[in-house]
Amino acid sequence: MNLGKGILKGLVETARNFVGSYYDPARLVTIQYPDERRALPEKARSFPMLVYDGEDPEKGLRCVACKICEKECPPQCIYIVLDRDEKGRPLRRPKIFDLDISVCMSCQICVEVCPFDAIKMNTEFELSTADRFGSLLLHKMDLARPASYYLGLHPVEAGEVNARLAAGPGHAETKAKPAAGPAPAAGTTSGAKPGDSDRP
Amino acid sequence: MIAGVPPSAATMFEALDQLFVSLKHWLVGQLPPAWQSWVSLAISAAAILGVFMTLFALTVLIERKGLGRIQNRYGPNRVGPWGLLQPIADLIKMLTKEDLVPSGADRVVHFVAPVVMVVPVLMAYAVIPIGRNMAAVDFNAGLLFFFAVGACIELAVFMAGWSSRNKYSLLGGMRAIAQMISYELPLILSTLPVVMLAGSLSLVDITDAQAGHSGGWLARWHVFTPWGLAGLLLFTVAATAESNRAPFDLPEGESEIIAGHLVEYSGIKYALFFIGEYLGMFAVSALGITLFLGGWRAPVIWLEWVPSYMWFFLKLGGFVALFIWLRGTLPRLRADHLMNLAWKFLLPLVLLNAVSAALWHYTAPWTFVGAGLARWLLCGSLVGVPYVLLGRRLFAGQHIGPRTYRMAA
Ligand code: SF4
Ligand code: SF4
Repeated sequence: MNLGKGILKGLVETARNFVGSYYDPARLVTIQYPDERRALPEKARSFPMLVYDGEDPEKGLRCVACKICEKECPPQCIYIVLDRDEKGRPLRRPKIFDLDISVCMSCQICVEVCPFDAIKMNTEFELSTADRFGSLLLHKMDLARPASYYLGLHPVEAGEVNARLAAGPGHAETKAKPAAGPAPAAGTTSGAKPGDSDRP
Repeated sequence: MIAGVPPSAATMFEALDQLFVSLKHWLVGQLPPAWQSWVSLAISAAAILGVFMTLFALTVLIERKGLGRIQNRYGPNRVGPWGLLQPIADLIKMLTKEDLVPSGADRVVHFVAPVVMVVPVLMAYAVIPIGRNMAAVDFNAGLLFFFAVGACIELAVFMAGWSSRNKYSLLGGMRAIAQMISYELPLILSTLPVVMLAGSLSLVDITDAQAGHSGGWLARWHVFTPWGLAGLLLFTVAATAESNRAPFDLPEGESEIIAGHLVEYSGIKYALFFIGEYLGMFAVSALGITLFLGGWRAPVIWLEWVPSYMWFFLKLGGFVALFIWLRGTLPRLRADHLMNLAWKFLLPLVLLNAVSAALWHYTAPWTFVGAGLARWLLCGSLVGVPYVLLGRRLFAGQHIGPRTYRMAA
């Protein structure tokens, strides 16, 4: 029984929006992305990265190539080869650490299980590439990021990690325990013999 | 001639007004007489094509900008300053896209449909006077010709829907046929009073019937009479439906049948449909301007020095803005509501409007004090009262408002 009143009311409303958007910039909620960016929230995450201490990514890498993350990763997108010296003794660092971000689903499980706080989530998301195969397979040096960068991305989380690392190696285990609990079970079910893949 | 300006200025304004007409005459005059009539037509056609295509490009940009602002967005602003070059970018995109034809499609009809869409619409512009002495053809059945070629759009849409061999296309085509045939009736009948009173089907004559001034200053446009005002409103509703614009965009209905008859079109063929739709909108707006808003005539006597084509395009711009505004405001109608509106509401009103126009015509000799007011009340109530009654009757027993959902516990 409005006889067209509703249409007029609607027209007034849209006209108000139209005019208002020119006078009141607060109405325009669009963030014009490549030019303007929103600060990413603390818990933002895209793909994993490898954290290293000090200046040299080769030497400072926290990763000891224990392969827990490789085994736990649900879509199996991590590939690790343990580095060995000339006598064949393990060097506690990865020779190869590959991560296929076309497969990774950003679940962060690798981060949760790593006992050494070596793998953390990055927030870089502008990773598009014209090369479907090569460019989406990140190698050790593509993944390496300094600890300061990690602190910048996730200040609260990295602060806790730093405090734990500073407290000493004994305390590092406290974080690893609950996460590492189910790890052996997962390892046995997967049936992989430890150290298989790094034999030459 | 032109009121209120000295004679020397009057000749200058006259020359400005007839600038394009004189230019064409001069150009044609350079040629051998045997060619003249053909070249004259070709120049008119080229001018119409150029002007309305430019208008199309501008309108698409303005529409996207305007809709954006209505929704508190920026709209396109990346290509060129303020996004002004967006139409060019769109054109390049359309031209370079792959032209797909479904393997099950009727290839010939699928190919012809976009052409059938655009060509008749362009033909319709031939009879519209876009300025003083600026109709490409003064055809004595111009209005009839306009509606005859306008009806080809229905054919094109159904050809597209049928030939694509896609269920969404077919649904869109069927919706289009149902909608356009239903609204053709109120559209044509709403122009009936104009033809009755002008006594001619020629659009040039109809524009001339709106010449002169009442009270010494206000133009005698049809819209300043009760039947003209009602006629314009009814015509606008029917024209919106006829040109498939929101809220009557059921044939496309992106959210239900994913663009309907356009589903299987891409690249330049899609662009042709798009162009046809907008050109159709301009054409029907131009018709509304000619019939009710005095065509190229100025609204008041003091503004007659502005060139006639400027007035025409100003009014056209107003129509386009209205269409964009409506699109940004109203949600799409449901199919049964659409039919109800056409047959139960618009049709009785346009018929009564014709009666109202006749009454207005026969009460013209009234001379007693307050005769004008009495005529307005009488003719206005002939449409206004049924509007209220019909509106109440159609909505009686219908609950309109927030829907209540009853869920299973
Ligand atoms: S779990 Fe941590 S330390 Fe072990 S291989 Fe993965 S990243 Fe390296
Ligand atoms: S984020 Fe998930 S999917 Fe990606 S590498 Fe880590 S465990 Fe695998």
